[in-house]
Amino acid sequence: MSVEAPSRRQALAGGGLVVAFCLAGPAFAQGGGEGGGQKPVAPGLPGSLKTTPWLDAWIRVDADGRITVFTGKAELGQGIKTALIQIAAEELDVPPQGLRLVTADTGRTPNEGVTAGSHSMQDSGTAILNAAANVRMLLAQAAAARLGSGPDAFDTTGDGAFRSHDGRTVRYGELAAGLSLHVAAQPNAPLRSRAAPRRTMGRDFPRVDIPAKLTGGEAYVQDLRLPGMLHARVVRGPSFGTELTAPDFAAVQATPGVVAVARNGRFAAVIAEREWTAVQALQRLQQAPWRRTAPPLPEGRPQAGLGGASQDQVIFDKPGGAGGVRTVKARYSRPWLMHAAVGPSCAVALFQAGQMTVWTHTQGVYPLRGALAQLLRMAPEKVRCIHVEGSGCYGHNGADDVAADAALAALAVPGRPVRMQWMREQEMGWEPLGCAQVGEAQASLDASGRIAEFRYEVWSHSHNGRPTTAGGLVAGAEVEPAFPPQTPRPIPMPEGGGDRNAIPIYAVPAGRVVSHFVRDAPLRASALRSLGAHLNSFAIECFMDELARVAKADPVAFRLAHLEDPRARDVVSRCAEAFGWAGRRPSDGRRGSGFAFARYKNLASYCAVALEVEVEHETGAVQVGRVVAAVDAGDVVNPNGLQNQIEGGIVQALSWSTVEEVGFDQAHRTSFDWSAYPIARFKDVPRSVTVQVVDRPGAPFLGAGEASQGPASAALANAVADACGARIRDLPISPDKVKAAIGV
Amino acid sequence: MSPAWNTPVLPAAAAALALALAACAGGARLPPPPPQTFSAAEIEKGAELAKLADCQGCHTADGGQAFAGGRPLNSPFGTIYTRNITPDPRTGLGRYSREAFIRALRRGVRFDGAELYPAMPYDHFAYADDEDLGALYAYLMTRRPKDQPPTPNKLIPPANIRGAVAIWKALFFHPGRFQPTPGRSAAFNRGAYLVQSLGHCGACHTPHNFLDAEETSKPLQGGVQEGWYAPPLNALSPASVPWTPEHVYSFLRTGFDRDHSAAAGPMGSVVRELARAPEADVRALSVYLATLMQPSPAAKGAARPADHVAQAAAAQPAGARLYAGACAACHDAGAAMMREGRPPLQFATPPQEDRPTDVVQVILHGLQPATGPRGPYMPAFAGTLSDAQVADVAAYVRARYSDRPPWKDLASAVAKARRQGGEG
Amino acid sequence: MSLVLTVNGRQHTVDASPETPLLYVLRNDLQLNGAKFGCGLGQCGACTVQVDGKAAYSCLLPVAAAQGRAIRTVEGLGAPEAPSPLQKAFMDEQAAQCGYCIGGMIMRAQALLDANPRPSEAQIRAHMQPNLCRCGTHMRILRAIRRAAGLPVEAASA
Repeated sequence: MSVEAPSRRQALAGGGLVVAFCLAGPAFAQGGGEGGGQKPVAPGLPGSLKTTPWLDAWIRVDADGRITVFTGKAELGQGIKTALIQIAAEELDVPPQGLRLVTADTGRTPNEGVTAGSHSMQDSGTAILNAAANVRMLLAQAAAARLGSGPDAFDTTGDGAFRSHDGRTVRYGELAAGLSLHVAAQPNAPLRSRAAPRRTMGRDFPRVDIPAKLTGGEAYVQDLRLPGMLHARVVRGPSFGTELTAPDFAAVQATPGVVAVARNGRFAAVIAEREWTAVQALQRLQQAPWRRTAPPLPEGRPQAGLGGASQDQVIFDKPGGAGGVRTVKARYSRPWLMHAAVGPSCAVALFQAGQMTVWTHTQGVYPLRGALAQLLRMAPEKVRCIHVEGSGCYGHNGADDVAADAALAALAVPGRPVRMQWMREQEMGWEPLGCAQVGEAQASLDASGRIAEFRYEVWSHSHNGRPTTAGGLVAGAEVEPAFPPQTPRPIPMPEGGGDRNAIPIYAVPAGRVVSHFVRDAPLRASALRSLGAHLNSFAIECFMDELARVAKADPVAFRLAHLEDPRARDVVSRCAEAFGWAGRRPSDGRRGSGFAFARYKNLASYCAVALEVEVEHETGAVQVGRVVAAVDAGDVVNPNGLQNQIEGGIVQALSWSTVEEVGFDQAHRTSFDWSAYPIARFKDVPRSVTVQVVDRPGAPFLGAGEASQGPASAALANAVADACGARIRDLPISPDKVKAAIGV
Repeated sequence: MSPAWNTPVLPAAAAALALALAACAGGARLPPPPPQTFSAAEIEKGAELAKLADCQGCHTADGGQAFAGGRPLNSPFGTIYTRNITPDPRTGLGRYSREAFIRALRRGVRFDGAELYPAMPYDHFAYADDEDLGALYAYLMTRRPKDQPPTPNKLIPPANIRGAVAIWKALFFHPGRFQPTPGRSAAFNRGAYLVQSLGHCGACHTPHNFLDAEETSKPLQGGVQEGWYAPPLNALSPASVPWTPEHVYSFLRTGFDRDHSAAAGPMGSVVRELARAPEADVRALSVYLATLMQPSPAAKGAARPADHVAQAAAAQPAGARLYAGACAACHDAGAAMMREGRPPLQFATPPQEDRPTDVVQVILHGLQPATGPRGPYMPAFAGTLSDAQVADVAAYVRARYSDRPPWKDLASAVAKARRQGGEG
Repeated sequence: MSLVLTVNGRQHTVDASPETPLLYVLRNDLQLNGAKFGCGLGQCGACTVQVDGKAAYSCLLPVAAAQGRAIRTVEGLGAPEAPSPLQKAFMDEQAAQCGYCIGGMIMRAQALLDANPRPSEAQIRAHMQPNLCRCGTHMRILRAIRRAAGLPVEAASA
């Protein structure tokens, strides 16, 4: 991986097709949003072609036949690079090994907003699928002209050429020189992947990024080494809403090897030649006492803030509900959760000749660029954000803030790149969190045991604090003059934020769902993988089990009785069958099974999870045995990659659901390292996880990165209830809670 | 081993004694229990007492079902594997009547009359009253049975002959009854009762003689178990910060005390159970133990926390360098861990102890949060530092955090600790 | 201070203050990427290397104390074109999501297989316990280790 910084002139001078797209207007949505952030200029086109219709924004074919594909999305470890390469290779009908993919870079790629919300396949995958089909179509037309035949008189060869039926060939590169791709895509270019036998899509093409990661290759922003690079550490209080009082900068400034202490208002960073010097300097500075700068926190009560003033919205209303003979009510809740990436956030910034370049693992290079430009008081054109992989972020973690910290530090040492690395306690203390949530479900069953009415209410803080202005960055409140904080706003349905998946997918004769958005949150809140869908799917799927129990129905049969969507029914049935649900071992007081299902956002992937647990009676400890899942993500580009994401989502959600909760006292977060915020380790993870993939070739791509979290958490709770009768509705399902419910 | 063991007279006398004792040890087989029910109150009480006695700590193997046994216990005579005390009729307690159970705990005799090895601390349980032992019985008999046969012990002769225990008992096992101390508070006496009986603190914290019996003339003056040194809990406490009842309570209840240190080694499992035992009982333990330690040097102001950074760096330059790179990120001022209320090393007792055992053990094997998933955590340095490096760090810690003379034989202490493996 | 380190079988002379944790020297002075900064506290294992065959936290090993000891990083096991058996097993199982923890996982697992070529499931899990994975790739990591050990790749069912 090399650092690419071609000038526009260089790009234009290339002998092939031109990369000359123009930047569209400023971001459309407030607060970073999810998926695209742009106003559609071509609403009739699929995916991100709506906002970036020019083909040359997506694909370049050089005179030597080398093909480069551009995406505004970022590789987060979810395998998107590989999947997009497969898509492009399929539609262009070239070997995937030869394709080069350039990911999110404000200097080179389309603006696709944020890599989030499971939108990458839907937005970028769809755009690239169609752009590549368009390019193939244009190349075919050029080939027809060259070969003097009709466009249907030849086929693609699969290695970057056309061959006519009479055996003449012409390679893409030869055709490219005379062809401009600075044209808008056509909406209905014929898709090879729907017609011809597939060569690449739908296959387990090995991930292109894995070999380097297994052998110490350069793969992450943490691995970037630029000439003259300095090492920096930002100096802050222990967690969001605190600051150090009078750190001893003078002593640190005098330390050999310290190049500068960058300061701006309350922002401070120590910059050194060697990394260990910076680390030791930070530890010295952290000897200073600290104080809280924000109102006190509701110690010991994670859901306390949800009682605050709220914007209330009825998001589902189907009057009726007569005929109910039994009513069931339950309240579900979850605490604050951390992203807790294994690699604390990191960025490299270089300020040179009036230009700020930041290498960052942000999920959104364009929104970040806008926020940084404002923070640095520079024109946006003077700021470039290049995505380089970090460790898995699972949403809005410290990546954007550390980029801002790096940029501010870089201003102090023009001409020298600055590598800013957050410490473990800084990542845990300052990263935005997944907020606590409460869901209250109430339903009535009719005499035949079917749902007569289903009501659900959810209370949540914001799931969207992504910076679009400087006020969304931690440093934005520290510099002088400070920037006003961004106002948290709800993400509207149908995607939703705290109310994501709050509307049950089940067919009910009557119902009402109310979403309460509580703007003021005691802790810093933003997007954590699956957003509100985690708690809502947890609540609704636990509640379905509780209803099934009252109706004396099998949990899977009960769900099927209320599911009309055939794809949903299919996934439920496939999962149940693969698990052996019908013949499963009945509960014996310590072992049990649980099932759950959801369609992420009621729009994206369908996922069902079934699992077994064993509960140790004396301690309440829960061990998960076999987990079986089924997923329908539409047209599957890389089945193994899809399975990887679903497995990972399950294991991560089981960790959330058994052991995780952010601790805080009145003054600060008390979760500061892995001993204070433990996550599941090897002894805790299930015995096995298998994922059945329900492939739908030709169907739209559906994002799957966030599909399994809610169902996994609910399946766990349902299995524990089945095993020992303990129905735990407040996450995490800890041994002490299970033991308290079991009794002696 | 004492030279007396080598004289030829002793074995013959011992054999005769053994036969005599076996005959009158009450070793008759007792009949199995009739079908029985227990009151919820008694079972609940037994559950509480089982936490105070930490039955689970010994009678549960790593990853095994609670109370099903199979955990190895190291003794000077080899390895003993704990028994299955679930109510399984074939492999557990299922055939024990209430009388047989009480006899087992009080007199160290199996239901069929065979001797129980004193790894089972019946020398302490003998001081428990019948009601408490009966409640324990009710609790254990209502647990989930597990068919799990015992793992054979690996003992060196003659310890591998159960009958030999009769000799040991003749020499060392003379239990009395618990006597409350008049004029002391109810909490003190409750704590005394628990410490002496079910808590069996002396099984670790009292020195043992060469035949692995407690030296009853030196109660709670410090002992060694599973390779860890359990420090004195009385006037000989080497702590440099006095132990108040609040300190002891915090330590026993949460696994650490901000003014002392974190529970490590075998103490971890004790604390895991005490965290869930009745609060009043843990407070009683705290009152009693703190009172015992009142005459200690720290309590009398004769010992103070120390932090001799410069002297230690001068005396132990290699250790100082190692500490700066391996330890300071957690243990020095400005570290997140220090800011967040984990105990600083100048308050810890292990650097004050008369031997390096605990400092060396914790460096090699680390420590895990004791009461749940959250809490003090230290990585194991066994793979990271060589023996010589561990010794250097230990020497530095001693020089920096105590006013006492350097430890001798650090290298052999490290080698010994490595052989003994991880946490108890 | 000038120090001589033996890394992946080769000697290197580096200039670093002696208490600098080996992790920073490997990464910044020797440009080796495999060992990663995850916490600097010995809690996550992302920095794991082999020192004299044993798994070690490079974030807690002062570089002066690494002199005279054989240090092996993931770069020393193999390259993409010629991976070691364990690396190949990770590739075959596609045992990575973000991949940040994987270098440490491989070194930790290599230390186990070097000492115990056919470990049991319980031994594998206990041995790997110090290393964290946040993406939830544990199942694939276990499969890769089983594969490299010549054991059945699927976990035995109870």
